[in-house]
Amino acid sequence: MTSYADYTTGEPVSDTKAPDGPVAGRWDKRRFEAKLVNPANRRKHTVIVVGTGLAGGSAGATLAEQGYHVVQFCYQDSPRRAHSIAAQGGINAAKNYRNDGDSVHRLFYDTVKGGDFRARESNVHRLAQISVEIIDQCVAQGVPFAREYGGLLDTRSFGGVQVSRTFYARGQTGQQLLLGAYQALSRQIAAGNVELHPRTEMLDLIVVDGRARGIVARDLVTGRIDTHFADAVVLASGGYGNVFYLSTNAMNSNATAIWRAHRRGAYLANPCFTQIHPTCIPRTGDHQSKLTLMSESLRNDGRIWVPKAHGDTRPPAEIPEDERDYYLERTYPSFGNLVPRDIASRAAKNVCDEGRGVGPGGQGVYLDFADAIARLGRAEVEEKYGNLFEMYARITAEDPYEVPMRIYPAVHYTMGGLWVDYDLQTTVPGLFAIGEANFSDHGANRLGASALMQGLADGYFVLPSTINDYLARHPHHDEVSADHPAVTGAVRETEDRLARLLAVGGDRTPDSFHRELGELMWEFCGMARTNAGLRKALERIPQIREEFWRRLKVPGTGEEFNQSLEKAHRIVDYLELAELMCLDALHRAESCGGHFRTESQTPDGEAARRDEAFSYAAAWEFTATGAAPVLHKEDLVFEYVHPTQRSYA
Amino acid sequence: MRLTLRVWRQRNAAADGALSTYEIDGISPDMSFLEMLDTLNEELILSGDDPVAFDHDCREGICGACSLVINGAAHGPKGVSPARADSRAWGSTTTCQLHMRSFRDGDTIDIEPWRAAAFPVVKDLVVDRSAFDRIIQAGGYITAPTGAAPEAHATPVPKPDADSAFEHAECIGCGACVAACPNGAAMLFTSAKVNHLNVLPQGAPERGTRVLDMVAQMDEEGFGGCTLAGECATVCPKGIPLFSITAMNREFLRAARKGR
Repeated sequence: MTSYADYTTGEPVSDTKAPDGPVAGRWDKRRFEAKLVNPANRRKHTVIVVGTGLAGGSAGATLAEQGYHVVQFCYQDSPRRAHSIAAQGGINAAKNYRNDGDSVHRLFYDTVKGGDFRARESNVHRLAQISVEIIDQCVAQGVPFAREYGGLLDTRSFGGVQVSRTFYARGQTGQQLLLGAYQALSRQIAAGNVELHPRTEMLDLIVVDGRARGIVARDLVTGRIDTHFADAVVLASGGYGNVFYLSTNAMNSNATAIWRAHRRGAYLANPCFTQIHPTCIPRTGDHQSKLTLMSESLRNDGRIWVPKAHGDTRPPAEIPEDERDYYLERTYPSFGNLVPRDIASRAAKNVCDEGRGVGPGGQGVYLDFADAIARLGRAEVEEKYGNLFEMYARITAEDPYEVPMRIYPAVHYTMGGLWVDYDLQTTVPGLFAIGEANFSDHGANRLGASALMQGLADGYFVLPSTINDYLARHPHHDEVSADHPAVTGAVRETEDRLARLLAVGGDRTPDSFHRELGELMWEFCGMARTNAGLRKALERIPQIREEFWRRLKVPGTGEEFNQSLEKAHRIVDYLELAELMCLDALHRAESCGGHFRTESQTPDGEAARRDEAFSYAAAWEFTATGAAPVLHKEDLVFEYVHPTQRSYA
Repeated sequence: MRLTLRVWRQRNAAADGALSTYEIDGISPDMSFLEMLDTLNEELILSGDDPVAFDHDCREGICGACSLVINGAAHGPKGVSPARADSRAWGSTTTCQLHMRSFRDGDTIDIEPWRAAAFPVVKDLVVDRSAFDRIIQAGGYITAPTGAAPEAHATPVPKPDADSAFEHAECIGCGACVAACPNGAAMLFTSAKVNHLNVLPQGAPERGTRVLDMVAQMDEEGFGGCTLAGECATVCPKGIPLFSITAMNREFLRAARKGR
């Protein structure tokens, strides 16, 4: 067998659904060209939606309103708990309520530039257009956004932009938007239009005659394996940041749905594009199970610094002003503390690598509110950030009103995901991917407050329009037979995999493997990547995988509530996905956005893109476990925002 | 730290449960309570025992999944806030935001699931809270189909109303209010959603039916009646105030008189 790194290059992929013509008219044009399904016929169509976060919740509710029969799944006990709920800062929209020069075009421009020119222009423009409708929709649902005294909506600014276009609900914007979608979904459940399966996890995709026709799922309470059939399957299962073990993702967020779809033929694009968020609470020890984010909005008023001297261990209050290095303000005077996330994270890593980091192990930088408290008063700072300060204090036992916060970057979001066309359809006909599960809109770096925007754009507006076209072209007249070999095969493979996990009977826990893989990924496929490091990781991952199947210990049986089995099954998929991430990072011998290859940097240490060689999205095709995948390139064409070296100085 | 844990173990909904005792050592005060349980579970797996099942997900106090009664208190003991000048207790927290520095070396800690008739035990410390979802399904929404929305600024909302809506909308649906209530009532949970939506102009058209339908569903699920004991508001990790219940009662009476 050839080595995994000896990938081959196949036919290029192209987004065949994006209309041509002026970018501002493409979405209208596509909506007009897309076929519709007669309202009376819609209830004959079943659509499976996996996940109930912002993308899945909004899609399920909207498809059900349109009259489709929706069957929806989440692994949580309630659809209200999906991890979108933890998003803090806000949601972008080009409303220009501030009259500060914002426009759809500017949001489009900022997003393409912020993504370091690795996103598709037509998708990003559509996202910017839809952004304004999202705010209207959410207000109509009763989402309690922050308001001014005149009763109108308040906004704030966020990293990487110079306008104030971020709508927010204190530090709990994700929660409020998710509950809006959850409530809309609840209305449809009550109306009988959505059949909800909580505590149920998708373990495989069923592809019949080349079309996605259902899923294999496990009831997490009883352990029962069931098949569910549909005319189309929508994956809204989120990102894969938990491959790193420590991330800001929820503990149970996982990559199984997208990885199993990938194994069944869906290409996975740009898996190495992961976002390391600059402002998270540093870890305290080996017991650490996850990392907690502090909203990027804190960078509006907090100032980031480290001591000028190496190894300065004085308490922050004793370090005089002229011995502090406000390194972001110094290096990037026009954006200051509000540079995009990838830049802020790398800068933090650099000062810590220089030996100027603060706190235990020198893995931290200060985020200081002393100036903001002096300028605005404590009450106003508390009004804006009170819940975040309280959360910080609970976790660290330090008072951020008195002592500067300590922060350090952590894995937060994955820009990569299933490759989708303009209709958000994957390379498997009938399989759609929305929200963080797809790859399309953020390029190599996502701007703050854009994840919520994309999740809701996909779920409320894009998918419900584009899926009609697919369903109209595949009128419902064939039931999937439970005896079809594709169905029985998928069920048998799933049952075998679970049985094998239970049968190993070794001496290591699932978590111990997950932790080992995560440490490897953080070291070699984290904030800075090198050819040698990635090759080392590619050598190591198959060894961990081999050891996993030899030494794993999963207690209990498959016919009961078994959280160890759930974990172990997710790790099976991480152990394959991690390999693809490293390969993708290795093959992309350039730096762009969150992907920083040490070999490719400018003289001042910024990411150096190599457009002549890498101006494409890398869509990978699965072949077999551990076997070299096939690369399909989608060339990126920039007609409106011309690629330049990003400058935030 | 060295601790003695007495943990509720119950194989499934049909089985009887009991407290089992475990000794655990090497616990760091910086660990979260759930990381302490992770440590116990790693040991249990290696020694061939069944690890303790518990619900958890975001581990940052917002998803509402974690749900432990610790030493008799829903979500455990209150912490002391270093972020408040007067060092007064900062109210309750979620279990995942509770850290071991709140305990002392040598402590014995009792760990139980939410106890309420409407929240049957699934396994060990995991309970079924789907009754909450059905209360929301009964009317905890505004009927606003996608695409039908007017321009956001067409409906100004006075800031005090918006703030009040937000304060109630913060509820994470964890169920601590029910677990703490001597009657197993879900009034604080239900009133949080009723007040969030009823205070807003967008929620006004369904104001009456919302409260009537949600309260009816709440009763049907087998939650107890409210005697304003106030335990719910004391343990609520999001500080939903007790007056939320009286505000809902007012809404209920208004709607009942009008017949909708």
